[in-house]
Amino acid sequence: MRSVAVVGASLAGLSAARALRAQGFDGRITMIGSEPHRPYDRPPLSKEFLAGHLAEADLVLEADGEDLAAEWRLGAAATGLERRSDGFAVPLADGTSVEADGVVIATGAVARELPWRLGGVHTLRTVDDARALRADLAGARRLVVIGAGFIGAEVAATARTLGLDVVIVEVAPAPFARALGPRMGAVLAGLHEDHGVRVVCGVAVRALTGDGRVDGVLLEDGRRLPADVVLAGIGARPAVEWLEGAGVEVGDGVLCDAGGGTSVPGVVAAGDCASWFDPGLGRHHRVEHWTGAAQRPATAVSTLLSGGTAAPDQAAPPYLWSDQYGRRVQFAGHAGPEDEVTVEEGDPDARSFLAVYRRDGRTTAVLGVDQVRQFTRWRRRIEPVGAR
Amino acid sequence: MIPACPLAALPRGEAIRLDADPPIAVFHTEDGELYAIDDTCTHQDASLADGWLEGCEVECPLHASRFDLRTGQVDAPPAKAPVRTHRVVVEDGTVYVEPSDLPPNLPPGVRSRSA
Ligand SMILES: Cc1cc2nc3c(=O)[nH]c(=O)nc-3n(C[C@H](O)[C@H](O)[C@H](O)COP(=O)(O)OP(=O)(O)OC[C@H]3O[C@@H](n4cnc5c(N)ncnc54)[C@H](O)[C@@H]3O)c2cc1C
Ligand code: FES
Repeated sequence: MRSVAVVGASLAGLSAARALRAQGFDGRITMIGSEPHRPYDRPPLSKEFLAGHLAEADLVLEADGEDLAAEWRLGAAATGLERRSDGFAVPLADGTSVEADGVVIATGAVARELPWRLGGVHTLRTVDDARALRADLAGARRLVVIGAGFIGAEVAATARTLGLDVVIVEVAPAPFARALGPRMGAVLAGLHEDHGVRVVCGVAVRALTGDGRVDGVLLEDGRRLPADVVLAGIGARPAVEWLEGAGVEVGDGVLCDAGGGTSVPGVVAAGDCASWFDPGLGRHHRVEHWTGAAQRPATAVSTLLSGGTAAPDQAAPPYLWSDQYGRRVQFAGHAGPEDEVTVEEGDPDARSFLAVYRRDGRTTAVLGVDQVRQFTRWRRRIEPVGAR
Repeated sequence: MIPACPLAALPRGEAIRLDADPPIAVFHTEDGELYAIDDTCTHQDASLADGWLEGCEVECPLHASRFDLRTGQVDAPPAKAPVRTHRVVVEDGTVYVEPSDLPPNLPPGVRSRSA
């Protein structure tokens, strides 16, 4: 293999380029990115950057002087993936095309949008989104966050800290229930209520109101929440449309084996766009967290460079962290709806505790809130569901 | 020199955080060595005393960059800069730390109290 095209120049793409060089690849690397920016870090966008504590320069992922000897094609989206007799061609939106022997798909995910187009309605995925949201929050009094996922919760916490009135609306009966289960979801909702944020659950949004600019959120039960700014935190879909017709199998993201290999030899995928087979779960699972996008590209790259013969390392259980109101939330593993949850340290009412999820005697997941040291120890006890 | 704790209060495999400015982490390795480094990760605001100690390295509890306790060097991103190391002395059963006089590599957004 003499040339590799990395499509998507963010965390997973940069991590793939680093892994290529670290694993001895000295051929041509072309980094293709639809955003005009060099790779930057997204987690601060809902936290310190939104709060104004970090500048754009603080988000840069590359180290000073780091040189991967790559060619950068930024500001040009890939529009397809074509197979050639001797490799691949990736056509770009600017009419040019990049040829390569191997391809790493790292196009991440795109924020889902509400069907109503009004001023003051935001999603948050890119630094440009964050800048726009920050500017809008600066002149606003009331924020409604639609969707109680992590990004929505972090924006709620940051906006509250900036002094806004904040309401979170969630259609599910409990917030964060899908990720954390209903009991711990309720504890995190309590953290928001402690800080004067209202959490409205079990009701859908019927419409946004306003003439040109949003002025309220109308709920299915007839209630209307006044709003100067609305954030839709309703999840992200994998950015895989550009692969249509390429022969790469796609489900909820690019379907990969346990080493990141796709259905097309010479093409691997990692990060938020990819749904790897999880041997522990016995199914494909798309992980949308920073650590997966930072670590799994190295496995995908060894799959690519070995032509699929390298036995993949067992992927670490999914891990995420979140900062809300100065509390550090950490979660690792897969929580199931039937899991038994016990608090092993601290006290949920004090918003500082460690909870362990178990199924059939196995530790499946660990949640820590302001219990970093205990979390560091407990997360190592997680056993994949299929183990033993 | 800053008194850290009685040696007996810091078993092997454990770490403590000293409330210096900026904070310092003191580690007692499984091999019985004592090391002190800056407690705050150079990537973001995480306490390395809460990290995972393995041999002469500590893994950051937030994003898993590893720091060498002997040199302060970091192995791989996301952290890019080393932490400072500090000299440790044990006298009469008490652990003392002599803080480095080099400038610390604090992460963006974190400032030392005196600065
Ligand atoms: C606001 C926010 C806060 C977050 N906070 C946390 C957190 O606290 N903890 C945590 O664990 N995770 C967090 N995450 C998730 C984490 O940032 C993601 O998991 C990570 O960014 C995924 O990296 P990626 O490279 O796979 O995808 P992305 O970062 O989405 O990057 C994909 C890149 O590919 C580009 N691209 C897309 N299509 C094309 C195309 N056709 N051609 C070329 N380029 C293309 C995109 O423009 C983008 O630059 C957060 C995410 C957001 C948005
Ligand atoms: S805070 Fe230490 S690696 Fe990120």
